[in-house]
Amino acid sequence: MSASLQKGINALKEVIDAPIASYFNSCVHCGLCAEACLFYLETGDVKYTPIHKLEPLRRVYEQEYTLLGRLGKMVGLSKAVTDDELEEWKELVYDSCTMCGRCSMVCPVGNDIVYMVRKLREGMAVSGHAPDGIKGATKRTVEIGGPMGLKWPAVANVIKKAEAATGETINVDKPDVDYLVLLSSMEIVNFPEYLEALVKIFKKAGITFTLASDAFEATNAGIQIGASDIAKVIVSRIVNSAEKLKVKYVLSPECGHAYMAIRWEGPNLIGRPYNFQVVHVLELLDDLRKKGVLKMKDKFKDPLILHDPCQIVRRGGVLESPEPLIQAVAENYIPIVDKQKMNWCCGGGGGASAIHTDEAEALRAKAFRIKKRQIEEAGVDTMVTFCANCRIVIEEGIDHYEMNTKLLGLTELLAEHLED
Amino acid sequence: MNDMQFLTWVRGTGLDIAVGIFVLGVLWRLIEIYSLGRKMDLSPPREAAGASGWHTIFRRSVPPPGMVKRSPVSYIGGYTFHIGLAIVVFLFAPHILLIKDLTGLSWPALPSQFIDLVTVITMAAMVVVLADRINKPVKRYLSTFGDWFTWTLTFLPLLTGWLAVQHLLLPYTWMLALHILSVELLLIFLPFTKLFHAFTVFGSRWYIGKINGHRGVPV
Repeated sequence: MSASLQKGINALKEVIDAPIASYFNSCVHCGLCAEACLFYLETGDVKYTPIHKLEPLRRVYEQEYTLLGRLGKMVGLSKAVTDDELEEWKELVYDSCTMCGRCSMVCPVGNDIVYMVRKLREGMAVSGHAPDGIKGATKRTVEIGGPMGLKWPAVANVIKKAEAATGETINVDKPDVDYLVLLSSMEIVNFPEYLEALVKIFKKAGITFTLASDAFEATNAGIQIGASDIAKVIVSRIVNSAEKLKVKYVLSPECGHAYMAIRWEGPNLIGRPYNFQVVHVLELLDDLRKKGVLKMKDKFKDPLILHDPCQIVRRGGVLESPEPLIQAVAENYIPIVDKQKMNWCCGGGGGASAIHTDEAEALRAKAFRIKKRQIEEAGVDTMVTFCANCRIVIEEGIDHYEMNTKLLGLTELLAEHLED
Repeated sequence: MNDMQFLTWVRGTGLDIAVGIFVLGVLWRLIEIYSLGRKMDLSPPREAAGASGWHTIFRRSVPPPGMVKRSPVSYIGGYTFHIGLAIVVFLFAPHILLIKDLTGLSWPALPSQFIDLVTVITMAAMVVVLADRINKPVKRYLSTFGDWFTWTLTFLPLLTGWLAVQHLLLPYTWMLALHILSVELLLIFLPFTKLFHAFTVFGSRWYIGKINGHRGVPV
């Protein structure tokens, strides 16, 4: 056994807990999880059945933590997990799983499959079986600061532009303000309007905020690849900065898995609760809406649907904010059938969008057909979402299928129609 | 061994062995699974109505929106044979008598003809879900020896019980003894096969409900 494989198996032994043991013992092989997986549904390939993606983890569980499994391993009835097998599983654990968690919603015995995929990735990452694309993003986040290799000057540039557009001064590294605002690289590069929107809204609400030059990146590639030690380093940057600046709140950007990382995984990674609260931008906006601060001068007229990002809604628990906000700004909001916690993933979450092999890209395009159908069935030309990664993936899908769909970010849409 | 000796053995020594393995096996497996524990979640929880382990234990008995349409056989067949099994096992007069002998507890039984009907429906549902397992690519792909074996273990007590009551195939004493033997096999293997979901399903649903409920998501 190679040293890296041994490390991988050890990592899996480490993450196996009572929930995982209970889940594996409860599985009756009914295969209903496949009916909730966009990769299975859009390809019809049975290997994408969610519970099957966990086979290496199941065998390590059985061989290490059950009496019968240990006996089976001793007499050679149960074969050990190998490097070749993990390499084969790379596609199943990363390319074809966006950790959207829809399978966990339908399992009749209550198996939290996405919880287990997240844990399996710990073993995949340390044994060297993560895809190169995600490895690269992780390396750039650790060494440079963000998954796209952006440095502070790029952010400073966006700040300068937002200041020019709004006529406001944006604080940097200012202590004792209400909010530390985080961004994701995708927002910095592709959607700089997000910061302008925030400046406008904060001014209206009388909220003070700052950006931090040592902690601007909210995304956490360590969580996507499944390396808790790296994830901890990345999240610590934000925690240290927020606690140094003594802010009351840290504002998670629209980006889905950034929210999972900072709000839910962060305290567990650093081993203690924070001295500040983490708020998702939509939670804040909905709160302002309820207080009557977020008044609209007019409404967006075209009929539109909402794409609920998995990590914010189904997995992050921001369930009740998006719809009232979209209703506040859109005149013709059309609720779709599978919405909110039963939404369909864009097809590129959980790090999948960072995998740029031909196979992975072709698979993503196939998986996107489910989103395409949702748009077509609603008969709309506009879709609104609130995750920078979803936006990139959906725009790729729209291009791929040459659709006429306009994709908008919710925060910017609100800012555009905000009363002056 | 004649029929009466066989019946006496399965009712005495055989039952003792089976119940012994069942009870110890269940305890052992429960300890093996749940003593692994889990780490405390240090993130501050979000409160949401209906988001808890207990809610999910009940909620997962109801199919999520759109799922019955996607896999009707799994749901309709699954409900039918689980409910059917519960009725036959717990509401057939001779079974209640046995439970009364063992525990002192008893309750009213359903008429024998009704139990007959439920048994036939339950067996039919089991045949249908078996056919579905063979036909449906995902199910066939996931199936291992354990799936066919546990199906057989569950089906035999139904079949032998029904044949015994109908006085079919074999003399009553033989069939009754075979029926009891098949139940004993089921008891012996239950803790060590996927049939153990009868116990862990509650823990699994509780965990998923608790873990997601912490984030404010009723699942």
